[in-house]
Order: sequence, then C-alpha cells, then structure tokens
Amino acid sequence: MSFLQVLHNYQWDAISAAIQAKTGREVEIALQRAVRGQISLTDFQALISPAARPHLETMARLAHQQTLRRFGRTVQLFAPLYVSNECHNICTYCGFSVNNKIPRKILSEAELLREVGILKKQNFDHLLLVSGESNRKVGIPYFEKALRLCRPYFANLSMEVQPLQTDEYARLRESGLSAVLVYQETYNSEDYRKHHLKGRKADFNYRVETPDRLGRAGMPKIGLGALYGLEDWRVDSFFVALHLDYLERAYWQSRYSLSFPRLRPHAGGLEPKVEMTDRDLAQTICAFRLFRNEVEISLSTREAPRFRDHAMHLGVTTMSAGAKTNPGGYFDAEENHDNSSLEQFHVSDERPSPQVVAALRAQGYEPVWKDWDASYDSSARQQAAA
Amino acid sequence: MLRIADRTFNSRLLTGSGKYASGKIMAESLAASGSEIVTVAIKRIQFGKQEDAILSHLDRSRCLLLPNTSGVRDAKEAVFAAQMAREALGTHWLKLEIHPDPKWLMPDPIETLYACEQLANLGFTVLPYIHADPVLAKRLESAGAAAVMPLGAPIGSNLGLRTRDFVQIIIEQAQIPVIVDAGLGSPAHAAEAMELGADAVLINTALATAANPVAMGHAFKLAVEAGRLAFESGLPAANFSAQSSSPLTSFLD
Repeated sequence: MSFLQVLHNYQWDAISAAIQAKTGREVEIALQRAVRGQISLTDFQALISPAARPHLETMARLAHQQTLRRFGRTVQLFAPLYVSNECHNICTYCGFSVNNKIPRKILSEAELLREVGILKKQNFDHLLLVSGESNRKVGIPYFEKALRLCRPYFANLSMEVQPLQTDEYARLRESGLSAVLVYQETYNSEDYRKHHLKGRKADFNYRVETPDRLGRAGMPKIGLGALYGLEDWRVDSFFVALHLDYLERAYWQSRYSLSFPRLRPHAGGLEPKVEMTDRDLAQTICAFRLFRNEVEISLSTREAPRFRDHAMHLGVTTMSAGAKTNPGGYFDAEENHDNSSLEQFHVSDERPSPQVVAALRAQGYEPVWKDWDASYDSSARQQAAA
Repeated sequence: MLRIADRTFNSRLLTGSGKYASGKIMAESLAASGSEIVTVAIKRIQFGKQEDAILSHLDRSRCLLLPNTSGVRDAKEAVFAAQMAREALGTHWLKLEIHPDPKWLMPDPIETLYACEQLANLGFTVLPYIHADPVLAKRLESAGAAAVMPLGAPIGSNLGLRTRDFVQIIIEQAQIPVIVDAGLGSPAHAAEAMELGADAVLINTALATAANPVAMGHAFKLAVEAGRLAFESGLPAANFSAQSSSPLTSFLD
C-alpha cells in the first residue's frame, strides 16, 4: 500500500469541477465544521474554492486563533544551505536543469564548513541542506559526510535533495538527519511529464511514493508541497491535503510540514498555468491551517517582505531568513562576489536575518532558533556510547 | 504547602515556558502567577550559550527549573535526553513526556512506564505526563515516580477537565502528588481541578497566548488558591432532591 493507490481513486478533472462548483453556503458549513474540529477533505475543497474568496477575513481570523493555540506567538527560523547545483534532470521551471549552461559547483568540506561558520554567526540552529539531483556525484556518501560535518554545529538537520530509497533514508537518520522535504511539483501525472523531460525525476510514481518511503524509514518530519501555479494550484492543493491526510494515518509517528513555493510570472521564465496571487496564497495557507491545526507551515524567502511579515497571522510557523540559493552563496555574499546567476530561484526577501528577526519582534512574535536537540537523534547516542 | 519528593512549595501552580511572545513577557507572566516550578523543553534550550532565549529570563533562585523531554518518541530517547539535561543544567528533576504521536501529543503509557523505572533508578526525580489512567498512575507510583501528571484534555486544546472522572479516581488512590497537566484553558478549569483535590495544576497555553499574559498569570494564581481553599474547606454536596408535594414514601408513615 502506498499513496499511489489512494491517488488512483481521484480524477483530476472531477476534483477541479467539484472545487469550481462550491457555493458560499458550502464554505460557511466548512467554516463551522473547522471551528468544531471536524473538517473533511470536501470541506477543504470549499475553503480553496473561488466561493471562499469573500470569506478570507473570517478564514484568517480562525486560522490565526488555531495557530496561536498550537504554536503560540513564535516563529521557528532555519537556513537553507545549497551544497550543489549539479543536476541530471531537465525541469522546465528550474535554474539547475542540466541543459542550462551554468557553472556547476559542489561544495568541498572546507567550503561547506565556511558556509556553516557564517550561518552560526547569524544564530541559526536548524539547517536545511539542498542540492540538485546527481546520485553519482552528490549521493549517499556525500550526504553522510555533509551531515556528519554539520552535526556538531546544529540542533536540527533537514534535507531537500533527490528522492532516495527507504534504507538510504534510514542510513542518513544515523548521521543525524531528522527531516526531509520533497515536493511533488504537481499531482497531475500528465502535466508532470510535460515539465520533467529528462532524468530520474521524470518518474512520477517514484516521486509520489517518496513520503511513503520516508514514513517507513521512521523519519521524524516529512515536508510536502507542490510548485503552485505549474498546474491549477487549487487542484494541487487539494492533492497535498489528500496526501497529508493519508500519510498522517499511515505514518502517525511522523510530523508533517507544508511549504508553498509558487511559480510567479516573470520575463523569460516559465509562465504559470493558473497564477496564484498573494490573496490566493493567503487563502491556501488559511485553508491548510483550518484543515490541520498542528501541521507546520513554512514560508521561504521567495515571498516578499510585506507578505512574510504578516504571514504568521495566517498560519505560518516556520521561515527561512537571509537565504542564499546558490552553492557557496553565504561566503560569496560576504566577500562581495556576485554569483546570483547560480541561484536556483530568485529571492524576494533579501533582508539579512537580523532584520527579519526585528520584523518578527515588531509583530509581537518570538523567533525560535532551537526546537530540537541532537540528543534526540540516534547519532548522538551512538557517539556517547563510543 | 505542596510537597514533591524532598521539596516544598508555596504555590500549587506549575507553569510552562513555551509560546510566549518574548522572554520578558514570560518572566512577568510567571512572576504574576506566583509559580515556583517552571518546565522548559530540553529541545528549546541552547546549551552552552550565554544568553539562552528562555533560561536567561528565569530566576532559578525563586523557582525550580523542571526540564521536560517534549519531542522524544520512546524511552531510549527520553533517558538519553534526561541524562544530558541533568549534566548540562545541574538538576535531577525531570518532567517525563513521551509522545510518539506528534498530532495530539498523546503520552505513550508503555514507554513512559519503562523510562520512569530507569530514570528513578538513575536517581532522577521523575514527574511523568500521562493520560488520566488510574492503573498507570499506580504502576508509575510503584516505579518510583515523584508525582503523576494526568492530562485534563489534549495539550494546548483549552478544553478543560474532560477527564474529570478518571482524575478523581487517580486522586482517590494516589500516595504521591497528582498534578493536572494539559488542556486547562481558563482559571475556572484550574479551580475545578483544585476543588476536585488535585495537588497542583500545570498551565502554559492559556497563559502564554492570553491577550494579557501578565494579568492572566495573576488570575490563575487566584483561581488555584481559591480552588485549593474550597477543597480544604469541605465543599457541600450538590443537592438534587426536589421536594415533592406528595412524597412517594409517605404511605409508609
């Protein structure tokens, strides 16, 4: 059993039609059920539908209440660290695609530690390692080495890299990995094929079953998401909710985290099929918060300062800050080398982390740097035993 | 006076340290609550740092620091984290929380019992967070727990004393203090638990997320004191016997 079997019970077009047909009355019922903690997937469809637009303020107020109860007035901060832009895939939306003629870079141990040093000066205690997909050059041995190098400096290590096998995830757990993010990009398998032209990522089924493999490996936290806008973001957000609902039942000991990368219209880039506006993004975040009170919701520096400074009131609980999305980017920025051409995506919130912290405080929120302890990972117990 | 293991406390209100908008607000709220036992998640402590976001705001001369194992998923992780915290923080007091279920944060009774036995043998003063299960409470008592902390409702739910009947059984049977933890969402809920005979209550979410956490700290202080005083004063039983105009048993006279 995996999510693939669940997915086969749902037709993309039928879900799309159901969402479009939702009425204001159905939105009101969904909101009442959200208040009682009895929200269903059908209610979720109502909350992401066009019919819910006039109810956004009510949704936001409820989402704020529920976030406050579970997470308090805090936002957890983390930093991404891009270790490599090597990639064997061709994806229509991504700067790391193998057919893009850009210099490729894989951080050496010394370069990795240099990045770590800069992030530690900024107080970061939760680290997200990111790479393109290159199993040969940046595979399990590289990740094991990188995790063990970073382990002494951070309370929590997570990864956003190519999908791996169950036993590989279990191995990386032993090196101190405690969370993995893997975004499906789109749950529409036909459209998925159009955007993933070459490389292992072209295998839709393998990717969609990745969270199952993570669950079986006992990963403490699993991150889900779609590249909203690649297909109809409403339908994709329904499938993320369906995926979350399935995973929570199947792997009840893992925590889940959601992210909302969205495809923005910009010159020369891939145009979104259905644009997700700021208002749409706010609606989607609120809908997920009302669907699941306890899920972690993460917002990256893809979003602009104005949106990020208000997003904690809608349900966001986790943020990156001062992020660089090119390998070696933190060092380059300090030394004033401009390597922005190597960025995976353009960062909209370019404020250094102290400014993001000040903005959080101005909203009456406490930045949380540490919310995990290395002693909770088996790698620490092994070291102590040795 | 509340007595737990070899320590006595004037306040019967235990507090948490999470979810506050700032360390300063937390310190003021806790001071207003009169709480003398404050629990801090080990995972939130920045060990070795001069200015820890939470510890630097707690006055350990005035209140007992009670580290908790929130976030661990089994006994093995709990025992390891507890030993590390004991070394780093210099306290053998521990609130034992093992919730493998990250959604409702329900405590695992099997792992909790197992960890409590080991930690008590290692010299810890263990206060386990449990479901309101009277048999488990007795088993933990035998395993060396210094107190038991049954939940009123799921953590952070503010639902109140939903487990009332089972907490009452635990209180009736206990030879160690019973501290109602989790789910108490208002001073009325806290007073209800105290009137029932709980030795203490632990409050976090209702304090930290109140519009005015400092005033709310005072409100909880008063509620806990009032509830305890009512319990000690002997509450009169509720009287449901309506006076029927023609009693059913008058023919017996």
